[in-house]
Amino acid sequence: MRKSSTEIEQESHVTKNSGSSGVSTGATDSTVALTADQWPEVIRGSRLESAFQRVRSLSLPIAILAALVAAWEIWVQVGDVPKWQLPAPSAVAVELAESRALLWDHTLVTLKEVALGFLAALAAGVILAALITYSRIMESSIYPIVIASQTVPVIAIAPLLLIWVGYGIEPKIIIVALISFYPIAVNTVDGMKSADPDMVSMMRTLGASRWQIFSKLQVPSSLPFMFSGIKIGISVSVIAAVIGEWVGASAGLGYLITYSQPLFLTARVFAAIVLLSVMGISLFALASLLERIMLPWYHTEKKSKLLERR
Amino acid sequence: MAQEAVSGTTTRPKIWADSVYKSYMVDGKREQVLDGVELTVNTGELVSIIGPSGCGKSTLLNIIAGLDRPDAGTVELDGDRDGDRLGKVGYMQQKDLLLPWRTVLDNATLGLELQGVPRSQARSRALELTTLFGLKGFEYQYPFALSGGMRQRAAFLRTMLLDQDVVLLDEPFGALDALTRVQMQEWLMELWNALKKTIILITHDVEEAILLSDRIYVLSVRPAGVTMVMEVDLPRPRNSKDVTDSDFIQLKSRLLALLHTEI
Repeated sequence: MRKSSTEIEQESHVTKNSGSSGVSTGATDSTVALTADQWPEVIRGSRLESAFQRVRSLSLPIAILAALVAAWEIWVQVGDVPKWQLPAPSAVAVELAESRALLWDHTLVTLKEVALGFLAALAAGVILAALITYSRIMESSIYPIVIASQTVPVIAIAPLLLIWVGYGIEPKIIIVALISFYPIAVNTVDGMKSADPDMVSMMRTLGASRWQIFSKLQVPSSLPFMFSGIKIGISVSVIAAVIGEWVGASAGLGYLITYSQPLFLTARVFAAIVLLSVMGISLFALASLLERIMLPWYHTEKKSKLLERR
Repeated sequence: MAQEAVSGTTTRPKIWADSVYKSYMVDGKREQVLDGVELTVNTGELVSIIGPSGCGKSTLLNIIAGLDRPDAGTVELDGDRDGDRLGKVGYMQQKDLLLPWRTVLDNATLGLELQGVPRSQARSRALELTTLFGLKGFEYQYPFALSGGMRQRAAFLRTMLLDQDVVLLDEPFGALDALTRVQMQEWLMELWNALKKTIILITHDVEEAILLSDRIYVLSVRPAGVTMVMEVDLPRPRNSKDVTDSDFIQLKSRLLALLHTEI
């Protein structure tokens, strides 16, 4: 929440700036730029600062979570709640440790479904976005279908997939791909269209072809947007894999949940939920890390804009 | 090219805009922007266009650059009125429009890259000019790390590297502070001298127009036509101290008086 509000504030600043001066040449308009050994110092300083801020901003949610877990533990211990109804966090921890081999096997199955489904979604999403941006006909014919496809409840067609492609890994991959391609495609289309029209004119006066404008301007412009789509897509693909396993499967954490629940192995259900959650958070963190590595200019630019404003 | 050198260069203008008309639809109404603009620029001249804001100066440059077509009238480049001018005329817009994901050097070589010049060759050509453009030592920086003046010079380098004979500059110093602007004006005069380009410059600044130009076109309010053409016969080389000369002041007061009645 906090992060998004500063981002909004940042954006309103940007529009205010460009409104008053009419150009986006930045705040300092002297010929003397920060020298090569000066500016990384500034950024390094801010990196340390932002690390502190991150720890501080994480400490509160962690404290709240810890308090809730503690309350849960006390509730179960004091109230003598039966284990099959609600296991204590300590019991879930014991289950995680004792059944680690079993849980690990099922985690790997789900992770494989997520990975393959997500990669398929990434490929399909980016290719569709490129086609939609590049061709007017594709935009008017395919884009509405892409948007309409999201109104079809995937959970309702999941059983049909079992009839069509069987009970193997394939229907799970398809469900993951169907759910996660949408945020990737839509964000990438928005990103490709976000290219500054003045930059398009500039490229044309340099003699750029339609393809060169696409590949050298629109594609790089879309990358920050594409990564937003990837971060949303990777988070929902874990949920999608569980849905796929619920409908019909013989392995995976979602299967483990549906299998353990009627046997009142409630601690195991919770252990699977914990692992699914950890998987989602880890994949999100991995996507954020990749974004930082692949778009160094984007993050440093954002940071330097924030610094200028102070 | 060789033929041009033998015949015609003295008589045929580099750029000739002949009664250019342009209108746009604004809120369902047709708004006339350019109303028969005439403009002649000879090879190697630096010509300024000055006029009230929003009068259509940028529209005129867009048409000369080939980004936009006139409703009526023609623009000739080297006597050719039908050819595509995109890629043949250098155009620097008000904003520096540097691509944030490219370093200064990679931004500068963009034009050459688009023309299919090999990367190493493009880079070595850009590196030869970084000193002249005041970018030495900043070749591998990203645009965000540069000041406004440096960003503008990086955009200049990108425009100049393609080595087009004609360069259009749309208020290139509009966003800079006064001190930087004076430095950039003197630098532009040196550059123009060194590279022998034909330049059309849009400006709001009367002193800038007189200091830099061979000739000044004054445009009227919308729909814009040419109100006056003023020859600037001050001796060259000029520098920023000349603005206090009596000849300079005389030209300035004439121009200001005219602009005053226009606005």
